[in-house]
Amino acid sequence: MARLRGALSPYLMILPGGLWMAVFFVVPLVFMFSVSLMTGNIIDGFKQTWHWQNYTEGFHTYGDKLLRSLWYGLIATVACIVLAYPAAYWIAFKGGRRKSTYLFLLLLPFFVSFVLRTLAWKLVLTDNGPLLGPLRNHGLLPKDFHVLDSGFAVISGLTYNFLPFMVLPIYVALERIDYRIIEASYDLYASRTQAFLRVVLPLSLPGVFAGVIMTFVPVASDYVNSEVLGGPNNVMIGHIIRTEYFDNSSYALASALSFSLMALLLVGIFAYARALGTEDVLEAAGR
Amino acid sequence: MTTTLEKPAPTPAPAPVRRRRRRVERDGLGLRLYTWLIIAWLMLPIGIMILFGFNDTHSKQNFQWEGFTLRWYRHLFDKGDLTQALWNSLSIALLSTVITTVLGTFVGIALGRFRFRGKGVTNLVLFAAISCPEIVMGASLLSMFVSLDLPRGYWTVLIAHVMFSISFVAVTVRARVVGLDPKVEEAAKDLGAGPVTTFRLVTLPMIMPGVMSGALLAFALSIDDFVITNFTSGSTVTFPLWVYASTRTGTPPQVNVMGTLIFAAGVVLAVISARRGARHT
Repeated sequence: MARLRGALSPYLMILPGGLWMAVFFVVPLVFMFSVSLMTGNIIDGFKQTWHWQNYTEGFHTYGDKLLRSLWYGLIATVACIVLAYPAAYWIAFKGGRRKSTYLFLLLLPFFVSFVLRTLAWKLVLTDNGPLLGPLRNHGLLPKDFHVLDSGFAVISGLTYNFLPFMVLPIYVALERIDYRIIEASYDLYASRTQAFLRVVLPLSLPGVFAGVIMTFVPVASDYVNSEVLGGPNNVMIGHIIRTEYFDNSSYALASALSFSLMALLLVGIFAYARALGTEDVLEAAGR
Repeated sequence: MTTTLEKPAPTPAPAPVRRRRRRVERDGLGLRLYTWLIIAWLMLPIGIMILFGFNDTHSKQNFQWEGFTLRWYRHLFDKGDLTQALWNSLSIALLSTVITTVLGTFVGIALGRFRFRGKGVTNLVLFAAISCPEIVMGASLLSMFVSLDLPRGYWTVLIAHVMFSISFVAVTVRARVVGLDPKVEEAAKDLGAGPVTTFRLVTLPMIMPGVMSGALLAFALSIDDFVITNFTSGSTVTFPLWVYASTRTGTPPQVNVMGTLIFAAGVVLAVISARRGARHT
């Protein structure tokens, strides 16, 4: 009896949370997949017709937006790595006793709502805003200087918004490195470049990988930044999915599009995690 | 430094060491400046947000500085629907944090402590939920609600928020549980404590830091969420949704004030909990 209870207890503990995830995460995905193969419209209702053409139609009509999302996601992710790594490096190795204070300063944007953060960044980039306005009036910028409504504006917004997600895992990975290993490499006559490239960098890669997962997926599927900063010429796939759902009520096409987006991103991520070990990536992501 | 080998003897031994140290310091200065530049960049929009909560603006668009005022702090709750949206956000965040923390903690303990059939699947679902694009979660929930003809509103938002936070709490708690010594719990059982008593008096206090940081994470995720809420809210409006909708007509300075207050509260809370944590360890 006691043994039976012992065997049951992990299941009892998993049950409530697991049920919630099953009903509100897994089952909805099945529903979405099913809707993605339907035909119909909001007035006459939708019918299951195994209409795979929703997918081909989606790719045909919005393939360029999908590609642009992946492309912007890639650029912003690389920008995050390039910007975050040196800062995380300096804090981890040279931060001294104030390490956690510096880290805290880098994570401060987390305390401002994502939407508000994006609006504030828009204010920075606005032509007559508090930053560019005075610069232009003093002749420090050409009269026709304009950043808003460009791909650069969108990518800079994405980078700004998701940089802390990249800093944190890289910092955690770097901070864990035993400094004696680096000293050992110097003792073995490694130059500073060699020590960095062959000791520090490989040891910090799990952090970079975790950071990529934390940033690339949300960045590529974001629509807030492209809607607020990008204007009509920099539409990303998230915006299309949202408008297909809410403005056009074409649920089938929208479901097909979001299912394709998920498939593309998740297949990539799972291949990536498989290659690097799920547990490690999960652990780093959970920190 | 690689040249040290070829050089015979003339240089005294400690010299390369000193040179190396000086070079490290110089590099440190460049990186220090760089880090402060990044911090300044991250703070710039936040500073502007705070500043424009004090802007004595008379137009609907709040982006020209017209002088200092505390008007918006005095009239913080003048916009009824904005205030309602803020309360919705806060109450959903509180409720979902409580539910999520309870559910997620048990999942985390089970995963951290036991070997059982289905563990791999559970891990996989958690990982998928963490790495799934928000828009897909929102869209799939909407697909289900629409298919079942369920009305969207406050409760569907709550359901969604619990769903996307559980995995974060579970992973945080699991990391804590894995680091625990199971012998402590065995000792409690040897001393005659039943499973409930052991859990309440031994396990829970030990994993409390993990549970607390999981709960904080859940609260932060919920109050900040835009995308999933956008898909599941129906006509219910939360703070991020209200702010987003206001961009078309002009965001009132009260939004900046509320953002500033939430920011200040978050920072104060984080500093207090960090101080506490530092004292306890």
